[in-house]
Order: sequence, then structure tokens, then C-alpha cells
Amino acid sequence: MSAVLAPERSVRPVPPPAPVRRSRGFLRRLPVRALIAVILVIEVYPLVWLLLSSFKTRREFVEEPFWSLPSSLAWGNYAEAWTTGNIGLYLRNSVLAVAPSLALIIVLGVAAGFALEVLVWKGRGTVLLIFLAGIMVPGQMILLPLFSAYFQLGLTGSLWPLIITYTATGLPLTVFMMATYFRAIPREVFEAAAIDGATVLRAFVSIGFPMVRNAVFTVALVQFFFIWNDLLIALTFTNSTELRTVQVGLLNFNGQFGATDYGPLFAAICMNVFGLLAIYLVLNKRIMAGLAGGAVKG
Amino acid sequence: MNDILGDRKAIAVLLGPALLVYSVAMLLPVLWSLGYTLFSGNAIIGFTYVGADNFVKLANDPAVRQALWFTVKYAAVVTVGQILLGYLLALLYVFVLKNGSSVIRTLVFFPVVLPTVAVALLFQKMFQIAPQEGLVNSLLGAVGIGAVDWFGTAGTSFAVIVLMDLWRSMGFYAVLLYTGLLDIPEELLEAGRLDGATGLTLIWRIVLPLSLPVLLSSLIFSINGTLKVFDTIVALTGGGPGNATTPLTLYMYQTSFNYGEYGYGSTIALLLTVLCLLVTVFVFRSSRRDLTEA
Repeated sequence: MSAVLAPERSVRPVPPPAPVRRSRGFLRRLPVRALIAVILVIEVYPLVWLLLSSFKTRREFVEEPFWSLPSSLAWGNYAEAWTTGNIGLYLRNSVLAVAPSLALIIVLGVAAGFALEVLVWKGRGTVLLIFLAGIMVPGQMILLPLFSAYFQLGLTGSLWPLIITYTATGLPLTVFMMATYFRAIPREVFEAAAIDGATVLRAFVSIGFPMVRNAVFTVALVQFFFIWNDLLIALTFTNSTELRTVQVGLLNFNGQFGATDYGPLFAAICMNVFGLLAIYLVLNKRIMAGLAGGAVKG
Repeated sequence: MNDILGDRKAIAVLLGPALLVYSVAMLLPVLWSLGYTLFSGNAIIGFTYVGADNFVKLANDPAVRQALWFTVKYAAVVTVGQILLGYLLALLYVFVLKNGSSVIRTLVFFPVVLPTVAVALLFQKMFQIAPQEGLVNSLLGAVGIGAVDWFGTAGTSFAVIVLMDLWRSMGFYAVLLYTGLLDIPEELLEAGRLDGATGLTLIWRIVLPLSLPVLLSSLIFSINGTLKVFDTIVALTGGGPGNATTPLTLYMYQTSFNYGEYGYGSTIALLLTVLCLLVTVFVFRSSRRDLTEA
């Protein structure tokens, strides 16, 4: 031990003259700064380019190089994407599909997490495992039976197939995450509530739910991004233009305009990207923590 | 007290609805899909029993072999890339930027929340050659290399797909591994430094072994996600040129919805599910053994 500490003790803190240190520090940090600059350019430049391109006119795309700046802010691309491109309709469909799914996932998932973690009964471990297994199953495994079922029930042609499927596929991760959060609450809290005469439902509504409110918000954010960005399920169950969600609309937009008319396509992508950026700017800490916590979904 | 917290009626009320929706729209379809593997036909024209025909077809289908190979190749390359870049970024955050890493961490994470379709269309335009040269080809032209038809050959298409997915997801794995690195006790690093370990030695001998558990879970998450790749391919290459970049997920989708073969589609979906399961179990078990030996 003393042998380890000896050299440490012999080193005397002799600060080198200030100007030398500053220039040496700058040179030493130069590679790191260059590296950070490169990372930033790689991450941010494509998005800047996307934004700039959304303002370019058709003539500018043809005649100017791709990295040139737009000569003016041409909002015409946005107008065209919104009206001819139907982006307004697609956004409405996305909201109409995502909002009810999200509400159902949260209400059902939080209650189930409570029942599986706080309540005491035989077989709860098994049920939790059954929910967990759902996280791994690829969407392709349930598409065909669901498609047949919705067809038989006459639900095709509405947004119900999306809402039902999103709710079912969102539940496993939600139940799993909520069970983890309820585990962190001391059992004594609920036992005290029971002694004070609260029924289980009362304990859930008045104590359990308020105590995990923050976690519920985080889980809701995670699920929002999964559902909003989903392509597979939306592509399968939306069989007409009137039902398309933003992602499906964008995919078809490419075929409709993309080959020749970049402006409206870039404007449409921009509305999607910078809308999410606004949410991200406000809530990034929570989103990062939540998505990292929900990483099991892959 | 356990009588109250074990109230059967309350359990039914709280758990019932979730379990019902999950069973009807997830568990039942999985079993139903297993049943489909023994039939041919679809929801509109009806089904006929064909026994094990779909499995025989699966074993002899060159398109399946191609899709399986692409899926495995893609998963391997992207998983290694994601974890490697993520780990390097995490090391940068923890050991170089230290407390000042918050802004860059947030920026690099941002593409994770973007819709894959939007990112894919952006990359498609960036790497485009005709009718208009995209950003990348313009830059290549400017430095005198000349334009490349990125989506014209299998190799370059694959490269663009991998580049895009790494761009999109490295920030995510960086944050995941970053939280793991923060959990390493400062005393252990200090002890290493006192023993004379610096820089790379410190990382190789102390940080890396201690972050094996979080690396392992990242590995499982990554493989599980990359084996199911769908959005990226559909929006970026559509599986082309030809079917050179068609993974199992997309081949299943085309078989089922373009050709209306639900039975065969389900069989491919089953292959995909089994693949996910096997890889997870394999990674988990082989790592368990390593950890107990060490």
C-alpha cells in the first residue's frame, strides 16, 4: 500500500506558468473538440439540410447544387403538402388512432401492473411472464390472424383495427415497466392504507396511481413514440387513403410526388420531424430516460 | 391484511381488462398464426389444409434463404456497429466530456425519436443519383470522385441502410451504455489509477470488464430489434435492387399481402420468431457461462 502511495506523495503540486498551460491545454483539447465538431456535423447537418430544402422551389432544385441555400422562404411547399399531399388528413388520422390507444394502454397497463406487483395472489409471477413474452414476439406473428378477424368483424375501413392492435402490442412493455415502478414503492404504504380501511380499488386510485404519476407520464411518452412512428401495423390495416396515418402517407407521398417534386416531400417530412423536435426540446431528459428504460422492446 | 390485498374481485377488475385485450389481440393471434402454417389460402378466398407443405416449401425456397441471410448479416453488422459506436460515445461522455456532456448527449440522441419513414426518405434523397444528384453524390462530384448509384447494387444499398440505422440509433445505445458506465464505482477507477493504469489500459482492464453486464443487455436489445428490421428497408430501398435487401420481415409481408398466401406467410413469421428466441437464449446462456468462469 505504501509503495503505491509513495510516488503520489512525492509529486509536488508545482503549477507551470499560466500562459504555457493555457496553450498546452488548448492543443491538448483540440482533438476532442474536432471530434465533437465532426459528431455534431454528422448528427445535425442532415436535419438542417432537410429544413433548408423544404423552402426551395422546383427551379432551385434543378439548377442549384444540393447544398445551396434557398433564395427565399417558400412556404408554398408546405401549403402544397398540406392540401394536395393530404398531410393534414394523415395527421388527423394519426392523432385519432394514437390518442385512444395511448389512453387505453395507460389505464389498462397501470392497473394491471398494480395488480401484478402490489396485490398478493397465486400465479401472478406466471401472468407477468406471459405479458413479458409479448415483448419479444415480432409483429408479423399476429398480423395475419388479426387481419382475418377484423375482416370478418367488418372493422376494416375504420381506425378500430389500429387502436385495438396498438393497445394489445403496447400493453406488455407498459405492464412490465409499471410493475417495476410499483416494486420501488414500500409495501408498508399499501398495508397502512388497508389497515386504515381502504379497499384495494381505493388504494390504487388514491395512493398507488398518484405515487407513480411521473412514471406513468414517462411510459406514456415512450409508447407515444412507438405508436406514432409505427409503420408495420398502420401499413397493414389502412386500406384506403382516408385512413392513412402520417407514416403511411409519407411513404406513399414519395411515390406520388417524390420522384420529381422534392419541395412538398421535404416539407411533409419537416412537419413530421420538427413537430417531434418541439416535444423533444421540452421533454428530452424524460424521453431519454424512458426510452432507455424501455429498451427491452428492441 | 393479505386478505385485503388479495381481494379476488379487485384483482379481476384491475387485471381483467388488460389480460383480456392482451389475450384476444396478441396471445390468441400467435396461436392462430401457428395454426395457419398448416393451411394455404387467405381470409378472402378461404383456407385449405395442406399439412406440412408450407414447411417443406420453406426449407427449399431460395428466396427464404436469401432473406434469412440478409436478416442475419444485417443484424450482425448493425448490432456490432451500434454497440461499438455507442460504447465509444459513452466513453467520450463519461471520461472526456464528464459533466459537460449533457448537450451533445441530447443532440446525438434526437434521431432516435424520429419516425423511421421520415429518416429513410431523407437518406434516400441524400444518396440519390437520378433524376437529381443528392447531397452525397454532389459532394463526391465536387471532390472529383464522381457520383455513385447507391441504390443500384446490393452492396452499396446495404451500406446506406447500415449507415442510416447507425446514424439513427447510436445516440440511443450511447445513453444506455452511458448510464451503465456511471454505475461503475469511482473507487475502483481511483484504485486503478493509483496502481498506474491510465487511458486505454484503464479502459481495457477495468472499465470494459465492469461494463460487460450492460454491454450484454444492449447486445440482446440490439439483436432483438435488428432481426425485426422492417420500416428502414421498406422506406429506403423497398427490398431492392431485385430482392437483394429483403429481410424475412419484408418477405413475409410480401408473401402474405401481395400474393395472399397467409399460410406460407405465417410459416415465415414463425421462422422469424424462432430466430429471435434462439438468438436471445443463446446470447444469454453463453454470457452466463462466461460470467461464472471469470
